[in-house]
Amino acid sequence: MEYIPNIIFAIALIVGIGFFARNVKKLSRNIKLGKDVDVSDNKSQRWKNMAKIALGQTKMVVRPIAGLMHVIVYVGFIIINIEVLEIILDGLLGTHRLFSPLGSVYNFLIGSFEVLAFLVIVAVVVFWIRRNVIRIQRFIKPEMKGWPKTDGNMILYIEFVLMILFLTMNAADFQLQQLGAEHYLRAGTFPISQFIVPLLDGLSESSLILVERTAWWLHILGILAFLNYLYYSKHLHILLAFPNTYYGKIKPQGQFNNLASVTKEVKLMMDPDADPFAAPAEEDAAEPEKFGASDVMDFNWVQLLNAYTCTECGRCTSECPANQTGKKLSPRKIMMDTRDRLEEVGKIMDANKGEFVPDGKQLLGDYISHEELWACTTCNACVQACPVSIDPLSIIMEMRRYLVMEQSAAPTELNNMMSNIENNGAPWPYNQMDRLNWVNE
Amino acid sequence: MSEQLKVKTMQEFMAEGKQPEILFWVGSAGSYDDRAKKISRAFVKLLNKANVDFAVLGTEESSTGDVAKRAGNEFLFQMQAMMNIELLNGYEIKRIVTCDPHSFNTLKNEYPGLGGNYDVVHHTQYLKELIDKGRLTITGDGYKGKRITFHDPCYLGRANSVFDAPREVLSKTNAELVEMKRHKKTALCCGAGGAQMFKEPEKGDMDINVMRTKDALETKPNIIATGCPYCNTMMTDGIKAHEKEDSVTVMDVAELLADSQGL
Repeated sequence: MEYIPNIIFAIALIVGIGFFARNVKKLSRNIKLGKDVDVSDNKSQRWKNMAKIALGQTKMVVRPIAGLMHVIVYVGFIIINIEVLEIILDGLLGTHRLFSPLGSVYNFLIGSFEVLAFLVIVAVVVFWIRRNVIRIQRFIKPEMKGWPKTDGNMILYIEFVLMILFLTMNAADFQLQQLGAEHYLRAGTFPISQFIVPLLDGLSESSLILVERTAWWLHILGILAFLNYLYYSKHLHILLAFPNTYYGKIKPQGQFNNLASVTKEVKLMMDPDADPFAAPAEEDAAEPEKFGASDVMDFNWVQLLNAYTCTECGRCTSECPANQTGKKLSPRKIMMDTRDRLEEVGKIMDANKGEFVPDGKQLLGDYISHEELWACTTCNACVQACPVSIDPLSIIMEMRRYLVMEQSAAPTELNNMMSNIENNGAPWPYNQMDRLNWVNE
Repeated sequence: MSEQLKVKTMQEFMAEGKQPEILFWVGSAGSYDDRAKKISRAFVKLLNKANVDFAVLGTEESSTGDVAKRAGNEFLFQMQAMMNIELLNGYEIKRIVTCDPHSFNTLKNEYPGLGGNYDVVHHTQYLKELIDKGRLTITGDGYKGKRITFHDPCYLGRANSVFDAPREVLSKTNAELVEMKRHKKTALCCGAGGAQMFKEPEKGDMDINVMRTKDALETKPNIIATGCPYCNTMMTDGIKAHEKEDSVTVMDVAELLADSQGL
């Protein structure tokens, strides 16, 4: 009988981690729907970017208030995980405060966890106020209605509750230690939870144990539940920010890729020795590659990873010149749409034994409108603003390529501009022979 | 109408069996747009003053294809690029300077993948180089007592991290340089990029150039300086929208430097 808690704990742990692993597998399958892209270059620069941007949070602190608060929650999250390790081991082994033989080091650790937990609570409250009371512009844009708004608040509630449970557990433990209860050896310092102790005053030893055990169990079960919440939430960024900053663009922001499929065709066109009537070679007989992107499978996998990494902070949208001047384009919405469509495609695959069955929908048109795409000035402000190296511009560009090269669906003025270039080598209808006139004017 | 500029084409250099120090890529705006042509002329005056042995492609030059690429027409871009590369490689061009950050970005970053490898510099970088090497000496009070604010073109600044060269060249005019709130990496676009120059903006509540000019006017400048022919057009229109065309002018860095030297 005495091992029942250990067994229940082990089962909870296995189920929690098992479900999480299943979601990670699904996530990885969906990301791999994207085309292959070579990102094996510049390894040292990529590691540096990850260390600086993801680990070092350098782009978060560009906005000091949100940045500082975020650093607190982030550091709190990472460091309090040491405590979670102890909790897991205690749960499996049936021990209590397994690491307490560390003595003064342990006391210091528990003390700092408590301070961090308190700071996390403060930060979470500030975040909640920014979203719900001050209603900062970027949190109330149209794409934030419904689930994204709920999701943002839900994460804050969960973190708040987890921290309260952690401190309640410590407070009850501290009180039990002072009462000299069995199993509750004197260990740890409680700079924050000592202030909760008066609330527990007068409770009997058995009630205190009930409080302590309840908080302990809810805290660890809450963490396991939160782990499984990630996949359904923008909070996935806590994991994906790391690979995403590693695989992020390292070329100058202004450099757009040259489509290799186009290069092949253009070279053939410009080759005077090419036989225009030649039958296509064996390997070319396959269906020609689609130019640009109309659905999620047309992007490369880094772009799809980008979509899952987005945490909807909206810094991109708040810096976007088109969005600031009231146009429909919002780079954040571009990323959210890409992710939502990818999720939809994933669900269709789940329902059809892993095969994608066309559902008559696609990213272009059903999620992202032409109007949004044509409003972009390609200024890279969104790319610059993203704290985790997401490139919304590359998604916009791929879809423009599809519109122009597959559908000839550019705005009329742009079609005129392009025929001018074709006819006389300039975007305006001027004679190429007049190119040097400026010298003598 | 004005004094004669010394401009030689690559064909002329070839005929003489010579190579220029640098090729001046004039660009479509610099060749045809009335306002931008003045920038080309101002830059050439400075090149002439510094005795730079430069060439232009003249009637052989054709659009870099940049604007076609940003509009999504990769085909047209690569056709233009490959034709230009054939020409440039045929002339064995090593170094290119241009007044257009869009040409600069495309030639520098996107041509190498298609076989065109050149050392490409923006004219503000080249002017700084000429001054630093003592080839171009700057004298006089220039714009002393005037306030100048520099608008960072997206494809020069954010896209290619060239922030200091235009500012250093401007400082040679002795003007007082004032920064807008959003500058360098966080500068707001003028609204012309991504082929927007050639189309009407989508429906919104304001034009981007009007918003950006507001940023500039908040610094109470006498002059808004730019380093891009398209930014120049957008900012000039913005000034008109704010009805400030009598008190504020928009000028290219090269024009300001040339003008400060009485060129």
